[in-house]
Amino acid sequence: MASKLTTSNRAGWGFALPGFGLLALFIVVPFFFAFFLSLTNQRLISPNPTEFVGLDNYRDLLSISVLSIPPERDDAGQIIRDDDGEPTYARVRTFTRNNPDFPQYAGMREWFRWHSGDTAKVVVATDVVFWKSLRNTLMFVLVVAPVQGALALGLALLINQRLRGINVFRTIYFMPVVVSIVVVSLLWRFLYADDGLLNNILHALSFGLFEGRDWLGDENTALGAIKAMSIWQAVGFHMVIWLSGLQTISPTLYEVASIEGASKWQAFRYVTWPGLRNTAVLVLIVITMQAFALFAQIDVMTNGGPLDSTTTVVFQAVERGYGKQDISGGSTISVILFLIVLSISLIQRYLTREK
Amino acid sequence: MAQVKLRDIRKSYGPVEVIKGVDIDIDDGEFVVFVGPSGCGKSTLLRMIAGLEDISDGTLEIDGIRVNDIEPSKRGIAMVFQSYAIFPHMTVRENVAFGLTINKAGKAEKSEKVAEAARILQMEHLLDRRPSELSGGQRQRVAIGRAIVRDPKVFLFDEPLSNLDAALRMDMRMEIGKLHQDLGTSMIYVTHDQVEAMTLADKIVVLKDGKVMQAGAPMELYHAPENLFVAGFLGAPSMNFMDVTVGSVNETTVSVSNASLDQIDVPHKGRNFVAGQTATLGVRPQYLHPATDGQGRLHGKVMLSERLGSETVIDVALADGSKIIAALAEDSIQEPGTAANFDFNPAQAHIFPETR
Repeated sequence: MASKLTTSNRAGWGFALPGFGLLALFIVVPFFFAFFLSLTNQRLISPNPTEFVGLDNYRDLLSISVLSIPPERDDAGQIIRDDDGEPTYARVRTFTRNNPDFPQYAGMREWFRWHSGDTAKVVVATDVVFWKSLRNTLMFVLVVAPVQGALALGLALLINQRLRGINVFRTIYFMPVVVSIVVVSLLWRFLYADDGLLNNILHALSFGLFEGRDWLGDENTALGAIKAMSIWQAVGFHMVIWLSGLQTISPTLYEVASIEGASKWQAFRYVTWPGLRNTAVLVLIVITMQAFALFAQIDVMTNGGPLDSTTTVVFQAVERGYGKQDISGGSTISVILFLIVLSISLIQRYLTREK
Repeated sequence: MAQVKLRDIRKSYGPVEVIKGVDIDIDDGEFVVFVGPSGCGKSTLLRMIAGLEDISDGTLEIDGIRVNDIEPSKRGIAMVFQSYAIFPHMTVRENVAFGLTINKAGKAEKSEKVAEAARILQMEHLLDRRPSELSGGQRQRVAIGRAIVRDPKVFLFDEPLSNLDAALRMDMRMEIGKLHQDLGTSMIYVTHDQVEAMTLADKIVVLKDGKVMQAGAPMELYHAPENLFVAGFLGAPSMNFMDVTVGSVNETTVSVSNASLDQIDVPHKGRNFVAGQTATLGVRPQYLHPATDGQGRLHGKVMLSERLGSETVIDVALADGSKIIAALAEDSIQEPGTAANFDFNPAQAHIFPETR
């Protein structure tokens, strides 16, 4: 029977209000707040009144240029070379600090450089750390999304068999997902430590040839170490999504393939993979978004170091907003991240659309 | 074209035996229908022939070769499934050519064989569509096309019409019959629908609980059922059964009667009876007709009269409370509540020693 309570419109809204209100308060409002704050110079705590600064925050973050520095020449026009025979160049700061001839480079710092002939091409940016965080995040996504997706699919195919005790494996693979990422990060910090498990194992396996290294303390290995751990941690989650996709494929289709004489690979190529299309889109988008949001691992394991080699966009947003109390700067980063993730999702949806 | 021979075929799932020793011979070019109620093992049997289920015991021969341990693809069979099992992401053409793609056939061979199958099934105009744009009947046609392209020795059909609506089912039934005529290949067809069995089969195999109840030509099974189950399973409306008492056993007949049935001598066809036992008498509704002499042998009361146009079906209550059905000529409408007296030819009646 439909009581007055279940038919009344007002009651319906009343019931929806607590959930809706919380969502609005903690997700919708902050979302629009971030847009607004990114256009101001708001600080977390400041005696000065908030001022509207337009797109200044975006300009400070995104300004990037390539500075061409010709080699230094002596009076005869010969290139001055150092002891190794390499040309010498004027210091970058001579262009970026108080040089009225190059106002466009004012306040910028060097990010990296390469050489074109004898000319040095120096990439300079106002906010080098932000660009590094953007590069690190993109590198993380580029590696983690395909590797984690493929690995999860492989595991799903393995555990989608009817074998005795298969549930034990399902549980084992899924277990890291239920453990808090903070706990996982702490444990892996021990694994990666100088005298940690990983170094000891490699040392033993290589009969003492491998000397061991500080995985998280080395700018060349830190991000890779975090990628490996992140892939391991969340692979079980995507395995379950793949598994649910696998189980929607009708077993009869595999019987057809077997009657037609399809090999295992052909069955995968013609039956499994096409049947997983929608799942693949979902997994790809979810992994990409999660990878872009990389934060906890960094915060626990490296704090963005060494030499900013593991800093990420979200880490920078938090670091600025709360660490440096620069709320408007943090908001600007959040908005930029939102736009990046949105456009990548749209591109992915376009590329994987039903034809 | 091939003969298929099943010898003492058995299938067990753990301690549960579902196929309990089946012997069937299928001749070259024969259309054999496995029919039976759900759970009788007919689909399992077909899947064992296809190689999708292991054979626990017994011998399966196709074309004189024991194929028990041969892969499905090497048995020379093609199978059509109830759920069509066509690939949603492929066009009709790709679906039909699937086996050729798997076996890396050349382009020319592919297009030739697909065109041939499309011509046989009259679906040339569908080749570039996707399965989502097809009706159920068209999808099943694609599945049959995929089977034809395999050029099999034996076609296997697993309830291919069960997902279709009634009108379409009749069309497709006729098409499958015609396909058999055109190709002349051996076909094994599983169904629970006795109409499909009767119309299509050269030979019907009636299965129940994993055992063959009777195998033979459709009309043979219809006119000379060997047991109560086959008698009741084939024919629509199904055969009337009456509990009767055996009066005396003669050389070729037994004399039986009950409260509603006057004594009658029915041919016993070699079955053993003893005087005084209870037996089951079966008469098809079509063979009951109103008594012309006003007396008749079978007496009851009309409960319901259903006009179907081509015939009139009458529900009759007997003295012992059981119910029988008489299918009479189109205008033989009788008022409910009136007494009804029927007569029938004893040669068209069946007497079984078992009781229901």
